[in-house]
Amino acid sequence: MAGLLYLIPAALLLGAIGLAGFLWALRSGQYEDLDGAAERILIDSDDSAENAPRSK
Amino acid sequence: MALDLTAAVTPSSAEIRLASRSLGGDLHQTDLSVPSVHCAACIHTIETTLGKLEHVESARVNLSTKRVSVRWHGYEAPPLFATLDRSGYRANLFEPETFGKDDTLSGLIRAVAVAGFAAANIMLLSVSVWSGAQGATRDLFHWVSALIAVPALFFAGGIYFRSAANALRHGRMNMDVPIAVGVSLAYAMSLYETINHGEHAYFDASVSLLFFLLIGRTLDHVMRERARTAVNGLSRLAARGAVVLRDDSARDYLPIGEIAPGMRLLIAAGERIPVDGTILSGDSDLDCSLVSGESTPRSVGLGAHIQAGMLNLTGPLTMEATAAAKDSFLAEMVRLMEAAEGGRSTYRRIADRVSAFYAPVVHLAALLTFLGWMAATGDWHRAMTIAIAVLIITCPCALGLAVPIVQVVAARRLFEAGIMVKDGSAMERLAMIDTALFDKTGTLTLGQPRLINASSIDPTMLAIAADMAAHSHHPFSKAIAGFGGFSGQPKLDSVSEHPGFGMEALTEGNTWRLGRRGWAGWKARTGGEGKHGGYGGTVLTKNGTIAATFAFEDAVRADARLALAKLRHSGVSIEMLSGDTAKACAEVAGALGIERYVPSLLPSGKVEWVEALTRAGHKVLMVGDGLNDTPALAAAHVSMAPATAADVGRNLADFVFLRESLLAVPLALDISRKAGRLIRQNLAIAVVYNAVAVPIAIAGHVTPLIAAIAMSASSLLVIGNAMRLQRFARALSLESASQGGPASTGVLAQS
Repeated sequence: MAGLLYLIPAALLLGAIGLAGFLWALRSGQYEDLDGAAERILIDSDDSAENAPRSK
Repeated sequence: MALDLTAAVTPSSAEIRLASRSLGGDLHQTDLSVPSVHCAACIHTIETTLGKLEHVESARVNLSTKRVSVRWHGYEAPPLFATLDRSGYRANLFEPETFGKDDTLSGLIRAVAVAGFAAANIMLLSVSVWSGAQGATRDLFHWVSALIAVPALFFAGGIYFRSAANALRHGRMNMDVPIAVGVSLAYAMSLYETINHGEHAYFDASVSLLFFLLIGRTLDHVMRERARTAVNGLSRLAARGAVVLRDDSARDYLPIGEIAPGMRLLIAAGERIPVDGTILSGDSDLDCSLVSGESTPRSVGLGAHIQAGMLNLTGPLTMEATAAAKDSFLAEMVRLMEAAEGGRSTYRRIADRVSAFYAPVVHLAALLTFLGWMAATGDWHRAMTIAIAVLIITCPCALGLAVPIVQVVAARRLFEAGIMVKDGSAMERLAMIDTALFDKTGTLTLGQPRLINASSIDPTMLAIAADMAAHSHHPFSKAIAGFGGFSGQPKLDSVSEHPGFGMEALTEGNTWRLGRRGWAGWKARTGGEGKHGGYGGTVLTKNGTIAATFAFEDAVRADARLALAKLRHSGVSIEMLSGDTAKACAEVAGALGIERYVPSLLPSGKVEWVEALTRAGHKVLMVGDGLNDTPALAAAHVSMAPATAADVGRNLADFVFLRESLLAVPLALDISRKAGRLIRQNLAIAVVYNAVAVPIAIAGHVTPLIAAIAMSASSLLVIGNAMRLQRFARALSLESASQGGPASTGVLAQS
């Protein structure tokens, strides 16, 4: 029983961190271009500063 | 196609600025839709070439929406379109109104996330309870569950509570009403049980129900949003503004809303007429196919009255506006369209009709259960618990998913075939039709003339004509230019275009003319002049003597014949409505085997035709592209438009097909009908589930564990059944491809 007192909050906290992470990712626009992100890794960016500014 | 013609003129710098959003200072953001971007190389090319332009701050491609956001500073917009064109990408300006994020979607996704988090954690605690947690431990688990459920109920459940309240306020019933009632009663009862150290709590049921339903709702929304984005990304056909010529001969680019009667406007070749008006100077040919349905361009000169939406083909015009945009032809069509709105607004969706019947039955059953147990045992707590268990077990998880999940799968399948569906009710309505009305110009045909006597023309003459025609945007010229490529013809010097008449070229002292018979063949008075276009209207002359005669025909859309045959096979009768002449209609009707057609219809005439059929008890599908079809699209039970349709029609139509083939129509019909069958099957599954589960619940044998299993099982069953549509649809498209192959080449061979 005593173990539950810290195990349940710990489990909930971990879940809440995951949820917060997801909401943050959503807000910062990481879900706006799912197909593009998959393709972009194929681009050799010789000049990384070029595309650095995000448009959203 | 109208699209090809407009692409010739790219938006001016002033127009780009008008369509961009100011980000403070002199920084602007312009959104372009680039339909052809599809891979990493495209992203790289577009971003680097645009990024290298002067004044461009950044360019970012979104591959999912096929859009490019460009940030630039300064007063003059950079040459975005010319640059993209040179790299081989055709771009369209994106609407300023459609900027901004989709708030509904992010709200839904946040709700799914919160509900998912709550459902997962509560389910973990519930499993412990089911596997034997007792006493204080069970109470603790219940309390924690109750706490986690609160935000989920407010945040995720809010969507359902608002929708249910809205429906009830308007005296209607929708699926969200029983959901809202069930979820909130389940929570209230579980809370009461928890406070009184009870054994059964349904927190998991109420939250996981919300989670499942939200997933369905979100998928539905995503699908519709994708269709909407794809339609919005098409090139805009109506003018966004026009160059106004001031009295002091200054030129201003004004947005269309600020153009007042009396202003003088400059219309370059390739632009659309922004408002109704009269021509002050200049000669040109106008493509009226979107406005009146006429397939042959009309030649105009001084004093001619022109209507908003016509496309200026060959020469620059100065016109005086006689009406503001809100009083122009386009606005008149919008008024007719609003007046005609009827068929779809009275339609009640299957889900709403089912829930109007279902919710009272369920709530009555729960009430009777309560009264029955009260009478039998006199224990109100027990009676209440069992009655609420009935509500939870009947809470329409399967029912709430039965309709949307099928429509999501169907919409996705149509999306892959290049058909955009605006909403689920469109598919339900399409499945009901028994009559299909087609517009002629631009719908059954491409609205684009084709040279039909090329084989009987001397190849040298044809080559000369093709060389000359390459210098013009006139649809007839484009049709002739397609036959170029032979060598050996005399080289042309100084080709010039005489708007409204034709082309003139000089070769080694000879004057060649290609155009209207009366103008080009000035030595041969054959009496053919005065006849606009049509057979024998266009000739090639050498020093005034006719060297070749060209005959044109409006090219019929690919697979039109096969598509109509398939529709007839599905039991749909076909008619053609057109604003074009009886002769032109008879030719197309003959070529496609259409028995019933009505020529020379005004826009209001088309509406009356649709309404007459509706009154006679028919469910009418209207397929049309022109401005003149728009009111009829609104009046019909369900409507379809090709991607090349006028903007208003495209935004109004329930379905928009992006590919050229008319096979989109029978495909959409087949999938909609199949989806309708699956929806009915799904509803039957839900009813069977209830028939089994409700007696168990009424008898008082339902525990939270049984409720969780039963609800998940019925949902999975319904989703699994919906997935069968994907398999069926694939088989269908394979079959139509194998049928379409030989048949379409057959049509080509005939023509």
